[in-house]
Amino acid sequence: MNAQVAYDHEAELTTVLERCNAAARDYNIPSKSELPEGYIGTLGHFPVYFPEEIVHAAKLLPVNILGGGNKLELKYADARMGSFICSICRSTTELGLNGTLGDMAGFVTHPICDAAKHLAGIWARNLPDQLSQILYLPQNVNSPGAARYIASEYQRLRGEIEKKIGHTIGDEAIRNSIQIYNVNRRLLRELYRIRRDEPWKVSCTEAYLLMRARTRIPCEEHNALLSRALDAIRHRSLPAQDKPRIVFVGGFCEQPPIEMLEAMDDNCYIVDDDLLVGLRWFTEDVPETGDPIWALAESYIVRSEASPVQHDENKPKEGYLLDMVKNAKADGAILTAAKFCEPGLDEQIAWSKHFDAENIPYLVLEFEEKMTSFEQMAMQVETFAESLLFAIA
Amino acid sequence: MSTTTTQPATDAAEFNMREEGSRLMKEWYARLSTANERKAPVANVFVMGNAVEILRTFDFELVFPEINSLQTGVRKTSQEYISLSEDYGYSPDVCSYVKADVGLILKENEHPAGLIPKADLAVSSNMCGTFIKWAEIWERWLKTPVFVLDLPGQRAAGWQARPGDAQHAADTRWIEAQFKDLIEKCEKITGKRFDMDRLAEVEERVNKQVDHWNNVMALNQNVPAPYNAMLDGLTYIGIMNVHRGTEEGVEFMRRLEAHTRAKVARGEGRVAEERFRLLFSGTPCYVSMRRLVELFETWGGVFAYSDYLTFAAGGMDAADMRYDTSRPLESLAEVTAMAAHRGLSNQFFAHERLAQQIKDYAVDGIVFHGIKSCRFVSSGMADTREFLNKRLDIPTLYIESDLIDPRYWSDAQIKNRVDAFFEALQQRAGGAPLSRSKTVSA
Ligand code: SF4
Ligand code: SF4
Repeated sequence: MNAQVAYDHEAELTTVLERCNAAARDYNIPSKSELPEGYIGTLGHFPVYFPEEIVHAAKLLPVNILGGGNKLELKYADARMGSFICSICRSTTELGLNGTLGDMAGFVTHPICDAAKHLAGIWARNLPDQLSQILYLPQNVNSPGAARYIASEYQRLRGEIEKKIGHTIGDEAIRNSIQIYNVNRRLLRELYRIRRDEPWKVSCTEAYLLMRARTRIPCEEHNALLSRALDAIRHRSLPAQDKPRIVFVGGFCEQPPIEMLEAMDDNCYIVDDDLLVGLRWFTEDVPETGDPIWALAESYIVRSEASPVQHDENKPKEGYLLDMVKNAKADGAILTAAKFCEPGLDEQIAWSKHFDAENIPYLVLEFEEKMTSFEQMAMQVETFAESLLFAIA
Repeated sequence: MSTTTTQPATDAAEFNMREEGSRLMKEWYARLSTANERKAPVANVFVMGNAVEILRTFDFELVFPEINSLQTGVRKTSQEYISLSEDYGYSPDVCSYVKADVGLILKENEHPAGLIPKADLAVSSNMCGTFIKWAEIWERWLKTPVFVLDLPGQRAAGWQARPGDAQHAADTRWIEAQFKDLIEKCEKITGKRFDMDRLAEVEERVNKQVDHWNNVMALNQNVPAPYNAMLDGLTYIGIMNVHRGTEEGVEFMRRLEAHTRAKVARGEGRVAEERFRLLFSGTPCYVSMRRLVELFETWGGVFAYSDYLTFAAGGMDAADMRYDTSRPLESLAEVTAMAAHRGLSNQFFAHERLAQQIKDYAVDGIVFHGIKSCRFVSSGMADTREFLNKRLDIPTLYIESDLIDPRYWSDAQIKNRVDAFFEALQQRAGGAPLSRSKTVSA
């Protein structure tokens, strides 16, 4: 007879976090021999949003290429991409040139900015065997016909992948993938709900690592891990601390180093953010019946988040940020931009001017994925948090 | 390249391109400065990916914020505008055109060329990502209604989408749907009904203009090259943008073609002794353009072509830009789809276009001009250079400055690099000045 082992939620969370941490921090991609069961290869895609379901249905593992973090040394990219380009583009180029991403079936980038679009040319010139593409997600989602155009782009991508893998991707397979991803989206929404309602139960760093793991592991496995993590988090009974509630923005594309998130956690409750917003682009489930390509295309427009790199007149930029602050009952915001990120830098200034007008306290920070020194930044965050606590008191 | 019948160069001799170009620009700015007073509708547009043909049918006065910004450079006042925006909070890493324009807003639209009117509409496009963020500044700050024209571009290397393809049809359908939406918006703003016949008339003029433009471009395949693509070419392109679809624009281009043909017939080149033909890739440095060209011309180097003339003229030389005026709107969408692909978004696969231009213009080398704050042009430049160097064994030079920010121009350093480049070219050519001539019929 087996003795009943008491459920140790902290141990459980630690186990899940260890797995997620390993996946999230790894810029390598699984080689052919390391692929999870049932997968025939990997297909890389750049942030922000990418319709992973189509790739997943092709039995390719979608891997979100998020640069090289602060451990990667650039040997080749320096000569191929100017120092004035954001770190994620430079380190992604490095990973392409140094062979790390050599096993991928392809790499798809998007018109989020010009540096990102140039990656398709760099790929075509240096990794000609890979399917290297720009998926033209529209910057006008408001004119009639936008969903139809997105659907035609998705069909095109589907066709290109089919050619690459040598067989068709059926509607049923895509619908099945949508179902699996819908589960994932629900779990991520729940994770963010807890962040908003009981931020002492899960830190920004923990939530981030849990979420980011999806960029390297199959969605099915990620669902299982997230479920376990959420159970464990719900069991946590940590006391609420005296920290201001903060919204963090600027992490939609290039990723801030983990140490930066930790510095924020030390001083604030990050109650909402735009980190990896593309992974949780849909605000509701994508319809699981009918034409799956249409369901994904339409959802891109009508049930989706906002980002600085998507123009949508129905989602004015200050509007969605103010909503984030309001819904999360935040005391202020940390407005960041990745160094050399034109859309991020443009956004940051508009946001800060708007917050001045609205009298919302904020802290402006610039980061780079390759940063290694955080002392000064930690001090700025601490000072900001303290000033807020005084203001609230 | 497409060609049209040769026209007699009757008025070629008395055509002073520079004076004529400057007169047209002045007139345009003068009209702009009274536009708000006259209650004329005003639209901000970009040179890459706009809907000028439609806007003209509604009699919009067109403001080209990029041209405003570059003009601050040409007139040596850009520093003031850029500093204002940096003091306001804009990062040094932001596109200097954007910063000059923010400076203009802060100076309440006082531009060295005159007062810039407040826009009733802005048509942005996705051709450069910064256009969108730039237009969002007007949207947020000035409450200007913004229409982002989303143009499907080149999706991959070796990409082909031609009329008759399913892909071209899908792209065209999307563009046409947006044009219809834009037309509705223009009707609301101006209170006028859209007039399809007027669209056909504008297109008819653009057709003529583009024919001349293509011929002028092709005439520089002659040896010696009759003009410098990065000096004279910049005036041509200004007129092509500002006067696209106007009678004056057609007339300018017609006379320019005649004038250029006459030069070719006389065997007259831009430089007295053409020794090296070069391709310029990138954007100009408007504050120091004359100086830059001088550094090359003293060595007998002429810019026979520049990819800037392709993308900054909206891809007009690259897209079989001929409208079928019997179905103006469909045709506008069809041509726009091709121009977006072949003239603009192929910037992301620039090696393909440059490889073709190297052949077309029989150049001895490429000069890459990198601009830190223009990622549209510069992000893939070093890699493209490496690729072309290796694959085509073509000498290349890389120099760096800015479009309009004088702080980035380093004369001594650039001169050293240019001189070293020519010394290498000279050695490659066996030390003797090149002497050749080639006549190409355009
Ligand atoms: S970080 Fe900014 S500039 Fe870099 S790829 Fe992402 S959106 Fe583009
Ligand atoms: S980034 Fe370059 S192409 Fe884009 S607006 Fe600025 S100067 Fe023009």
